[in-house]
Amino acid sequence: MYEKEKGLVDAFMRGQMSRRGLIRGLGALGVSTATAGVLVNLAATRALAADFDWKKHAGTTVKLLLNKHPYTDAMIANLENFKELTGMDVQYDVFPEDVYFDKVTAALSSGSTEYDAFMTGAYMTWTYGPAGWAEDLNQWIHDPEKTNPLYAWEDMLPGVRKSCAWNGVPGGALGSDDAKQWCIPWGYEQNNLTYNKRVFDANGLSVPTDLDGLVETAARAKAAMGSGYGVGVRGSRSWATIHPGFLSGYASFDQKDLTVGADGKLAAAMNTDVSKEFHRKWVQMIQDSGAPDWSTHTWYQVGTDLGAGKSAMIFDADILGYFMNGPGNAEAGNLAFAPFKANPAAAAPTPNIWIWSLAMSSFSTRKDAAWHFLQWASGPEHGLFGATAMDFVNPVRASVWADGAFRDKLSKSYSGYVEMHDVSAPGASIKFTPQPLFFDLTTEWAATLQKMVAREVPVDEGLDRLAESVNGQLKEAGLG
Amino acid sequence: MTTTHTQSLPPGPRRHRFRVSRRMLPYLLSLPALLTCIGILIPFLTAVAYSLQRYRLSQPWARQWNWGQNYLNFLSDPAFWNTLKVSVTYALVTVVVELLLGLGIALLLQRRSRLNNFVSIMLLMPLMTAPALAALMWKLMTNPGFGILSYLAGLIGLGDFRWASDPQTAMLTVVIVDVWVYTPFIMILLLAGLRSLPQQPFEAAALDGVPRLFVFWRITLPMLTPFLLTATLFRVIESIQQFDIIYAMTQGGPGDRLTVFQVEAYLNFFQSTNVGRSAALLMILWAITYALSNVFIKNWLRLRERSRGNA
Repeated sequence: MYEKEKGLVDAFMRGQMSRRGLIRGLGALGVSTATAGVLVNLAATRALAADFDWKKHAGTTVKLLLNKHPYTDAMIANLENFKELTGMDVQYDVFPEDVYFDKVTAALSSGSTEYDAFMTGAYMTWTYGPAGWAEDLNQWIHDPEKTNPLYAWEDMLPGVRKSCAWNGVPGGALGSDDAKQWCIPWGYEQNNLTYNKRVFDANGLSVPTDLDGLVETAARAKAAMGSGYGVGVRGSRSWATIHPGFLSGYASFDQKDLTVGADGKLAAAMNTDVSKEFHRKWVQMIQDSGAPDWSTHTWYQVGTDLGAGKSAMIFDADILGYFMNGPGNAEAGNLAFAPFKANPAAAAPTPNIWIWSLAMSSFSTRKDAAWHFLQWASGPEHGLFGATAMDFVNPVRASVWADGAFRDKLSKSYSGYVEMHDVSAPGASIKFTPQPLFFDLTTEWAATLQKMVAREVPVDEGLDRLAESVNGQLKEAGLG
Repeated sequence: MTTTHTQSLPPGPRRHRFRVSRRMLPYLLSLPALLTCIGILIPFLTAVAYSLQRYRLSQPWARQWNWGQNYLNFLSDPAFWNTLKVSVTYALVTVVVELLLGLGIALLLQRRSRLNNFVSIMLLMPLMTAPALAALMWKLMTNPGFGILSYLAGLIGLGDFRWASDPQTAMLTVVIVDVWVYTPFIMILLLAGLRSLPQQPFEAAALDGVPRLFVFWRITLPMLTPFLLTATLFRVIESIQQFDIIYAMTQGGPGDRLTVFQVEAYLNFFQSTNVGRSAALLMILWAITYALSNVFIKNWLRLRERSRGNA
């Protein structure tokens, strides 16, 4: 590093200069933003080493089980820094998402010691935790001997952090005082609106602000587009159809999947009058303006249709729009983002979230070393590196969201993204009731939704039948 | 000049011949088969044990033997009866269509010629495609936005034909994919059968001027029956256990239209982690397969005996 650049980075590390100022200064010296991010990251790694014995597990190798994802790519891109910092080696297997969770279930249920840590979703830990496959990470997070004092656990967005913690009691509140931290949030997805600004502008459409507006705007967009359709939402026969836009809209009306009785027993709650009204509108929206092959749509089709200009908007994960707005997509640069609350009476959006997280295998034989990796990978330095130099959206740390360079990067190319996040982040959390039958119930919910959209069953009757079936399953499992 | 070197070999280690007593020999010879059986039986018996337990990976504390309760639950479970109905319908429709098509194609290609040989090789292509890949290929071809088949359907006035995403046409769509992949299997088996039939009865019938249809019903078909049974046995077993095509195309949907045994068992294990129910479903599938195999094999043996004149 040349002296001038080095001086700037050191000034930044001493807190004498803002990150934005640093990037500008380095830019003036001919250093690109991405390179500047890497330089800062290198310096940050050096600074990290000053406060904590990162070399404690030098020579140890940890092995990771990872899903193919931009978060994984960002981690791998920064991995040499970790190796240099700790003297540890890291091996990993990366699997595509189609088979990833089967691989995790197979590895963990067999008690394999091969993997020390793995990527997971928070919902999955409702199985892995009680089954004894994942460690409660509180024992490391709150141990000053084992955790870097700069780790800043409280810097994690509260709704996201708490959504990864559960006491294991079916129906127990997420993030309660007695909750176990089954996983560490790594990156997360809010469910809001991403719309095609070109289509909206050309047809005089305004961005909907509630469910009625969404249904109407989707229909108008479909009529205006000729080919294509109004709104993209997921529809495959899977739990993954329920958790994004659908549950975010549902939760906006204060509706629950299950209720917890005074005796701790769970009961289905999806057949209330308000729920039925919500379902009616949702089903009508798909019938009138959804994808013709909606019942086979996963996140992939929802995203690619938006990027290809086939749908006018999506009510789904914000990061789908982020990636579809990038190069290689027909509508690159045309996508814009908006916060969305389905209920006009709600004070603010309350999106349900998907959290890609990191967890530690209970069968790991190198748990302390694995924690070294986990705290680095979920630490503020790597978060900032991923967000500024790679496509690590959405970061889970408040400090990263406060970073000027990151906000500038988003605002420059992703219209409304930062504002959308700022408005909906306070209400963003998992809205499901944590319990072991999560996947059974949500898959059946998706199948019921498919029947309603196909007009095989009326909404009222479908929800009553669903509630009856759910109650039966809860009872059979000793939960209801 | 030729020089011959003669050298006496150094005394090597004394060779001990491993002698196996006559009594041990049969056991040793059957040992590989025995080991294979054990390798098959251990997972099978484990699955039997799981099917008799209340066993959810997410509720390890509640794991207990409930003996036949998982099976008894099926009796009052509409999802199970739907699974049975869908699986049997799928197997029945695919096998019947594939047999008819396979037989028809085999009859057309029976005569040996360069063209027929070329066509029969070409027709084998779908069989060489992994069923899951074939399903993804068909999923693209039936995409309403850019799928060639959706486009062609539009040309004949079926613009809103939604293939696998419509409950009314989902079964038809996956059956078409299955037929596309597996008809060549039946075709090649029956073609081999047709070409191996003795020619004398056909020559005699030709000399007597017997109509072709009569020859087909009275000579060809009876002689081909062992081959038909073999092909049916393989296809029925595979069809009733179908997973890849259905899962890749619809994950068992829309609704519960395509929740065949394997899809239901897979989702129960990997998604719901309900090991007990998943194992019980697979045990029932095994029982159905076993029963069907028995029926087919007995009939096949009976026909073979008859063809040897022992009946």
